[in-house]
Amino acid sequence: MVNPEIQGRVYPPTQPYLVGREKIREFARAVLSESPLHLDSEAARQAGYSDVIAPPTFAVVVQEATLAQLLADPEAGVDFTRVVHGDQRFSYTRPIVAGDELTATLTIAAVKQLGGHSMVTASSSISDAAGEHVVTAISTLVVRAPEPDDTAAEGSAA
Amino acid sequence: MSTAPVFDQLSVGDTVAERELTLTRDRLVRYAGASGDFNPIHYRDDVAEAVGLPGVLAHGMLTMGAAGAVAADWLGESGWVQDFQSRFTRPVPVDAVAGAAVSVTAVVGALDTAARTARIDLKVVFEGATVLGKAQLVAAFA
Repeated sequence: MVNPEIQGRVYPPTQPYLVGREKIREFARAVLSESPLHLDSEAARQAGYSDVIAPPTFAVVVQEATLAQLLADPEAGVDFTRVVHGDQRFSYTRPIVAGDELTATLTIAAVKQLGGHSMVTASSSISDAAGEHVVTAISTLVVRAPEPDDTAAEGSAA
Repeated sequence: MSTAPVFDQLSVGDTVAERELTLTRDRLVRYAGASGDFNPIHYRDDVAEAVGLPGVLAHGMLTMGAAGAVAADWLGESGWVQDFQSRFTRPVPVDAVAGAAVSVTAVVGALDTAARTARIDLKVVFEGATVLGKAQLVAAFA
């Protein structure tokens, strides 16, 4: 079970992530995007951006470092092997652009228990080098309850 | 490419984009590399089966990302994606040979004329069943 005490916990900001143009192109191709705004710098400039912009789910790449903080926190008690991605949301102030240097700060928004499962809502606020908000990425992770056999094993180990 | 969408010409219920996608194993490997999600359930049958899954699954974020791309490609230069959310309601097993055929339909779910935003509802179907819940993207028009 995930420790309910971590609700409200704020983790230290992650190391700055420099968004590369080729990384955006690679990610855009990986999600089967065909928009020139993700692939062609000139097309992006003509649309008013300084360089290619990232597809809407790209922030997951930056958010990942914050979820690693949660998984590595021994007080949180999140068993990675039992984690299922429940839902995901991205709320943008502006699109991510190649050249952005992004820092993410994780807050544990909620920890709920439901029928033996734990639901952890992790909110990662992502800002640029000037400290301006770019996007908030919110994940709900479902940590499935241990199997009855596992419970017995834990009981005997205690 | 279709013509650029115009906010004032949209109506709730309009289907604005449709796409058939085939998610293959090499597609999953590309997404793993691009996203940094190297969970072996997305490329190893033995690991997937050991944890009780029907086989290698597509990353939920790949399915969400590919569905979002359908809407973002439609939007093009007419605006930008302000918000995008989804629930992961059903896994997408990816056959080693055939892959997984997924269909994406993007429909105007709501319009906010004051904010000039359109909520685009994405229906993502695999083998007759919806795999993403409440998959909604908010497009902000210039």
